[in-house]
Amino acid sequence: MPLLEVKDLTVRFDTGGGTVHAVSGVTYALEPGETLGVVGESGSGKSVHVLSMLGLIPKPPGRIAGGQVIFEGRDLLTMPEGELRDIRGKKIGVIFQDPMTSLNPVLTVETQIAEAITSHGLMSRKAAKARAVELLDLVGIPEPQKRVTQYPHQFSGGMRQRAMIAIGVACEPKLLIADEATTALDVTVQAQILDLMKDLKKKLGMAMIWITHDMGVVAGLADNVQVMYGGRIMERGPSRAVFNDTRSAYTWGLLRSLPDHSEGRVYETHTPGQAKKRPRLQQIAGAPPDMTNPPPGDPFAPRNPFATERCHREVPPLVQARDAAPGHLVAAWYDLPQALLTNPTGAVPAAAGEAA
Amino acid sequence: MNAKAAPLLRVDGLTKHFHTSKNLFGKPTHTVKAVDGVSFEIGYGETLGLVGESGSGKSTTGRLILRLEEPTAGQVHFEGQEIGKLSSSQLSPIRKKLQVVFQDPFSSLNPRLRVGDSVGEPLQTHGLVSGGSDKRDKVAALFRQVGLDPKFMDRFPHQFSGGQRQRIGIARAIALGPKLIVADEPITALDVSIQAQIVNLFLDLQEELGMAYLFIAHDLGMVRHLCHRVAVMLRGRIVEMGSTEQVFANPQHPYTQALISAAPIPDPDREALRRRIPYDLVPPPPGAVLREVDPGHWALSAA
Repeated sequence: MPLLEVKDLTVRFDTGGGTVHAVSGVTYALEPGETLGVVGESGSGKSVHVLSMLGLIPKPPGRIAGGQVIFEGRDLLTMPEGELRDIRGKKIGVIFQDPMTSLNPVLTVETQIAEAITSHGLMSRKAAKARAVELLDLVGIPEPQKRVTQYPHQFSGGMRQRAMIAIGVACEPKLLIADEATTALDVTVQAQILDLMKDLKKKLGMAMIWITHDMGVVAGLADNVQVMYGGRIMERGPSRAVFNDTRSAYTWGLLRSLPDHSEGRVYETHTPGQAKKRPRLQQIAGAPPDMTNPPPGDPFAPRNPFATERCHREVPPLVQARDAAPGHLVAAWYDLPQALLTNPTGAVPAAAGEAA
Repeated sequence: MNAKAAPLLRVDGLTKHFHTSKNLFGKPTHTVKAVDGVSFEIGYGETLGLVGESGSGKSTTGRLILRLEEPTAGQVHFEGQEIGKLSSSQLSPIRKKLQVVFQDPFSSLNPRLRVGDSVGEPLQTHGLVSGGSDKRDKVAALFRQVGLDPKFMDRFPHQFSGGQRQRIGIARAIALGPKLIVADEPITALDVSIQAQIVNLFLDLQEELGMAYLFIAHDLGMVRHLCHRVAVMLRGRIVEMGSTEQVFANPQHPYTQALISAAPIPDPDREALRRRIPYDLVPPPPGAVLREVDPGHWALSAA
């Protein structure tokens, strides 16, 4: 039985500039212990969809326009706020991007971790304080006995993020949701945090939803990858399948636009006074859609060199991809492997610049 | 590097100390060495990537070159001329040749100014346009050069996407025909699907106009793709510098090795095999000096 079932989740924001179609018909299931990487850019709905299932979007302007989010047999979307609050932090831990704004600057780290535990009535205050030291040790903070009595400003950025993770896992949740949790960190610190997460997952056996824009982070961490664009799931499947047997033109475009990372790549050096031809990146033409006025069909269709006429008028359902790994789903009217046979580079007839 | 002619830019022992606290008498009690004796050169038409952690001093180095900050010590030579001692009027002709592109084009564009006017402003300041229609023509040409439709000239910054705003920022930077652009994290704030567009634009413009770039970034993949040479900074010092090929294929300093090993690779099979090299962010020892390990490849080692 899945731990979490998201069914046709649809979220709208009513703003002065119109209704933002933030999340549309998002449906998926998460198994216990599974790590799901959710990839997308700003406006893809990747963050809003988890915030809305946790009751963390401001209403108004936000509004759940439809769907269900079943966690342990109960719908989070219709649950009374008090009960949802109890699930949040206890059974579902959350880590956000910026620990400086999520941690309270005037409380010690010990107080904040202990509060996360005692507020759910799991332990006495005294036991929770001892637990705080264990948790800091668990997330790799040296001298936890001493550190636990300090305030957030006495921690470095990486240590604050570790403290946030300690709070996120304090109640040994069944599910941990991380929203761009390493984006603000330096690359070496990010690497440490990602290693820590893999280690914690093994120790605690929790499921994880890791939301990021970085395909590299997902490649190293996730069992399954879900690619979102324009408020919808474009592709979902086992990581290897999504990276190596890509079925969505958007995923394909994203992966191709990244710089060549192969080991043997040789780069020419510069000769002064001589213009050097460098290879260009394979860019995706155009810009992400305006979500107050999304395209009527596949949201990626206006930028998709393989788009068919149907892509432009009808939203494709998310279904098992043809001859792909089980559970490898794609929302596409076109068939990418087939299309690549005749157009391997995704060439566009007319040069499409970034239109407004 | 060409030893005979002066390089486009030569930075010599550049140092910037910030006093973070002062005692009762205004004497500094705590000093942060944001940039600590940094030296490098950039050739005409060359791209030097400057990478490092936040707080490594890479952005401050860029600001010192642009004279947005005054250095504590050291010199910046632009086309053979030391610019640190120049008055603002003497600096004016150099400003034309030395431009900047910031991370967030939204905060660097005046929100109340039509974008066409923002792009045309430097042309006007330097007296390079004869009148309103001449300015519009020149701005339209700049718009086309950076891949924007000139019909958007009369719009305001908030009416553009992040990628388009960065194109506007670049149009403004190239308006005066600069020789060097300091680009401080120019793609960091952009959506992934837009980053490649902007990196390609930098490459196109360099080929067309022969500009050099100081490309300050933390995305090693993009740095590797775009830059001819790379300098790695740690706690205000350059710990390694060389051609992109030398630094990435054969990193010498433990910090460079750690940095390269930490960059995530968008390939699950490679990620599964990868070993990260840990590095404690200890500042380089005071007596350490850059030694040439290979022609043009320098790494910091203990004295």
